[in-house]
Amino acid sequence: MSGQLVTSTVPAGAVVQWGFLTITAANLIVILTMIVVFVLAILLPFPADRDEDRP
Amino acid sequence: MSRTDPAAPPRAGNHDSWTRALSGWIEGLVPKGQWLPDRQPAYVASWIYVFGVACLAALVVVIASGLVLTFGGITWWHTNSFGHFVNSTHLWSVELFFATMVIHLWGKFFMAAWRGHRGMTWATGALAFFGSLGTAFTGYLIQTNFDAQWISTQAKDGLNAAGVGAYFNVMNVGQMVLWHVSFLPLVVGVIVGLHLLLVRRRGVVPPIGAESPVGAESPVAAEPPARAQPPTASAPDAAPPGAARPTAGVSAQEVGS
Amino acid sequence: MSATATRRSATWAPDSHDFPTRRYDLVKEFVIALGVMLVLTIVAALVFSSPDDSALSLERWAQEAPNDVVATATGELAGTTTTATYGPPYNTNADGQSLGPVVLPKLAGVTQPIDAANDFVITPLRTLSSDPAVAAALRQWSSASADKRTAWAQAYSDALAAAPDGDPAKVASGDYGPVPALAKGELALASSGALEGLVSSRTSFFGTDSTKPLLLLADGTYLEDQARAQNLGGDQWGIMNETGNYPGQPWLWLYTFWYQIPPFSTSDNADVQVWALMILLSIGFICIPWIPGLRTLPKHLGVHKLIWRGGRWR
Repeated sequence: MSGQLVTSTVPAGAVVQWGFLTITAANLIVILTMIVVFVLAILLPFPADRDEDRP
Repeated sequence: MSRTDPAAPPRAGNHDSWTRALSGWIEGLVPKGQWLPDRQPAYVASWIYVFGVACLAALVVVIASGLVLTFGGITWWHTNSFGHFVNSTHLWSVELFFATMVIHLWGKFFMAAWRGHRGMTWATGALAFFGSLGTAFTGYLIQTNFDAQWISTQAKDGLNAAGVGAYFNVMNVGQMVLWHVSFLPLVVGVIVGLHLLLVRRRGVVPPIGAESPVGAESPVAAEPPARAQPPTASAPDAAPPGAARPTAGVSAQEVGS
Repeated sequence: MSATATRRSATWAPDSHDFPTRRYDLVKEFVIALGVMLVLTIVAALVFSSPDDSALSLERWAQEAPNDVVATATGELAGTTTTATYGPPYNTNADGQSLGPVVLPKLAGVTQPIDAANDFVITPLRTLSSDPAVAAALRQWSSASADKRTAWAQAYSDALAAAPDGDPAKVASGDYGPVPALAKGELALASSGALEGLVSSRTSFFGTDSTKPLLLLADGTYLEDQARAQNLGGDQWGIMNETGNYPGQPWLWLYTFWYQIPPFSTSDNADVQVWALMILLSIGFICIPWIPGLRTLPKHLGVHKLIWRGGRWR
């Protein structure tokens, strides 16, 4: 057999590559979004409760 | 004793009533008032704390969308536009479920949330992650499309090499459908239930380096001594005598190195 | 704080119930979270939908890559395909991968027996008895010795590989016995759409076990060609990926990572080695609270100072 026959109707997704690291753009976006959300969750102030602290 | 006096102390009949023993055990799993407390320690003040609950909410959406998907069988969503929409909600709720779970996990790691006899809370959370991973994987196998054909013929090699493929045949779509909708979600559900129970049993882990503000109990003690004085009405979070202290089941490894 | 207390503070924590409290509405938090998750899910479903690249059929395989079907059928007869040479759980033609001295597939045994030549080619072809060429070829095949059968099929397999585009019409003449007629019959069965049912219906009237048609399809190159075009190949980190522009299972990144680097990328036993490593790492991950060094690591990373920066509990 020689030559690849590709008949898929769905176009392949975009891929990002650094050396041997390969990741699809969709997966990369998901992971980067998670990191951004994590950093925001840590840095953004949490709304303070007006209720007084109780021991 | 054939009859018990309702006014008798609750533990009086534990020795001859299995029902009482069970009910006492269930009550003691979590300190009184801690199943659904309306207050949290003052240090619970960060957005990072919402991701555990967000993950649980995503799991509810995952299960609900998956249930609707089962109504039409395993192939209807290829030809029915509503079915395809439900499949989309199942996919995206799963992505949200994993994203919130991993953010929750990162947060708990950086907080070293296993301190103070919370090792099993971390362990059950990690197990829930691996259980979810397997459940999601079987979901990919039963899509009955090209993706499922490729993933199953690839995954078989790893499972066969581990000897698992002899019994867990990823190319048998009928077998995988049943694993995906019965045993695996049940396992994830039970582990998540245990995880939530442990979270409520121990309470939210105090900040790293925080000293106990009440009584200044020595951190050297493996198990803080039971409180001598009865809890006051103004301290609803304190456990009454008889209820499980959040330190029950101490394991030696949990004590400092 | 004493030195002892400082050292212990990384693993020890005071009772959370002793701290001052603030109002915190858990039920409201859950209901809002449920609403947010529901809205995000529905919006994503409406905007992005979900991938559904339809399943390949053996019929489509025959239409789009007929030469691959012929080469695969010949390989099944010669006993050279992936399935024919697999070993447990399908047959005893190999031992399977080993982890040191342990061969787990062999221990598990043959639980889904598959005789590639008969199950994939000869038995389905018996339904083509109305075709005199196929009927004659089947008679010749049945009466020949095992060695003779293999010699015919191997010779034809080599000839196909040498022919331009693997085209059966351009194969050099040789002693192939009934094999060309059998392979041609297999192609006719596949083209008619009958092969799928003939391969799988042997196990059950209810077609819930797709093992055999999947193995047959995977023995060819057509399936892999389609997958590689979608970045789903093993060396493309394909385990994480999905068809089209969709996120897949990014949480499997570590599992697929090992396949990309030595010694796993060059090992014949990579599957079992990666599995063993992942099981060990997973146990380690579960046991972080009890692993000295790891359990105190977050204290030194300092991210907790950002999370607990209010100091109101002191």
